[in-house]
Amino acid sequence: MTAAWTIDGVREALAAKKLSARELAADFYRRIAERNSELNAYLTLSEERAYSQAARMDALVAAGKPLPALAGVPIAIKDVISTRGVRTTCGSKILENYVPPYDATAVERLEAVGAVILGKTNCDEFAMGSSNENSAYGAVRNPEATDRVPGGSSGGSAAAVAAGLAVASLGTDTGGSIRQPGSFCGIPAMMGSYGRVSRYGLIAFASSLDRIGPFATNTRDVAAILGVIAGRDSNDSTSTTAPVPDYRAAMEKPVKGLRIGIPKEYFAEGMDDGVRKKIEAGIELLKKLGCELREIHMAHTDYAIATYYIIATAEASSNLARYDGVRYGLRVEDDSLLAMYRKTRGAGFGAEVKRRIVLGTYVLSAGYYNAYYLKGQKVRALIAQDFRDAFRKVDVIVTPTSPVPPFKLGERTNDPLQMYLADIYTVTGSLAGVPGISVPCGKICGKLPVGLQIFGPAFGEASVLQLAHAFEQAGGGSL
Amino acid sequence: MKISRADVERVAELAYLDLSEAELEMYRAQIDEILEYIGKLNELDTANVAPMAQVLADDQSADATLREDVVAPCSIAGEILKQAPDPEPPYFRVPKVIER
Repeated sequence: MTAAWTIDGVREALAAKKLSARELAADFYRRIAERNSELNAYLTLSEERAYSQAARMDALVAAGKPLPALAGVPIAIKDVISTRGVRTTCGSKILENYVPPYDATAVERLEAVGAVILGKTNCDEFAMGSSNENSAYGAVRNPEATDRVPGGSSGGSAAAVAAGLAVASLGTDTGGSIRQPGSFCGIPAMMGSYGRVSRYGLIAFASSLDRIGPFATNTRDVAAILGVIAGRDSNDSTSTTAPVPDYRAAMEKPVKGLRIGIPKEYFAEGMDDGVRKKIEAGIELLKKLGCELREIHMAHTDYAIATYYIIATAEASSNLARYDGVRYGLRVEDDSLLAMYRKTRGAGFGAEVKRRIVLGTYVLSAGYYNAYYLKGQKVRALIAQDFRDAFRKVDVIVTPTSPVPPFKLGERTNDPLQMYLADIYTVTGSLAGVPGISVPCGKICGKLPVGLQIFGPAFGEASVLQLAHAFEQAGGGSL
Repeated sequence: MKISRADVERVAELAYLDLSEAELEMYRAQIDEILEYIGKLNELDTANVAPMAQVLADDQSADATLREDVVAPCSIAGEILKQAPDPEPPYFRVPKVIER
């Protein structure tokens, strides 16, 4: 592969007329044609839309007009994010032929500043999974080690960027679905605070947890994309009016004296030795950069997985009630309406989605609501309080992204609870609503990528990016 | 055992979800194990903890007060109906609901 394109590289090449946006898009489609049958990162390509956007950018160049922030930048979109006129399956058979009549706000904002949408990327069905093996359209392979999973649920978005099949991509994170595949594929990947990016057009899994965020090959590009998609949207009442800072400017600030919390609970048993060594080396590097390290306690960490799988499945069981064979997607015919519902849903959903609907319906059902759902909401409050308490003492928190490196395809598919437990370091920040990034922190035996996770306080994306950028610039990725 | 086969059948009925015999047994066993694990939350005394029903604090929420209810044009009804398995514009058609 030639040196990776960056957002600035694309703009400079276009402005200098070294190549056209159309030629760049065509080059990316050639790469996709070469690699996608092996990786399975893309489910649908949107050539028509991409080339007409490229033509608009080329017209700006020809007219000598200023180029917008993401002019001509080829970007991939996770297939749970709506794209007008471009099939959006959510990795599910139940939406196999669904073509959204509108764009997600994040997609609209990317295109408004010149981005070229190449296509839709594979993912776990309805974003439910940690390995991308729950897609109805087949697993994705990790470009760094093709016998391994790319992580999930945004596995296709991570693999596409890591393999050079897009300059950047959008994924979604509910319990780690951006950060963990970023870690597994060796690229930076970020979720902003809950409320930072509009969820309008994101097909819902768990509404109090779902967030859209970027993957890119470097932290500056992550910051640029987050800056574009962030901000209030009247179509999402949970998007906030908090001002969006200039992340690219803010991230250049020196990190000397930054107070970093290292939570003891994230370094307990269960972490792979190879991961531990890389993360410890990463923390040493942060010390060399002049950061001030402090051991902290986050007492309720060990309860996060149990809490997450109550809240997330409860919300999923409610959100997925809409797939009933009436307004869109699959219908399995029957003379009776209720039997039509049952058959459609039984045939259209895959195993993991059904498992979560059953669990989520159970924890909300009469007689169990207080014992499970209400209890989960209360423990969620304790976990959020852990974060607020920590951020009174430190500026950011550093942890591993995943306790294990990318595992082999098929290795963990038979034991759902074991698969859930691997989300231990990411679900905490999801429940608390805080921003988090995973940045590359070396490779085990030069092969299996490890990610370092950085959490910041709510709406403290700038500090998160600042540390991630300094870590990257200091060589954190090749530890 | 936390969850019985009858519980799974009842929940599948509530969720309008057809499950095969094999699925019923598989989900019962797997969800039983998951609920067993979730039981660890009972180690925590949460009697005086307020449940966290939403993420954003009131001062962060843009819609702390209700917005005006304004009619806005929407011209995609035709496109929406095109996605339906059995459209009868301007309606969605479904199997008969009232039994004879």
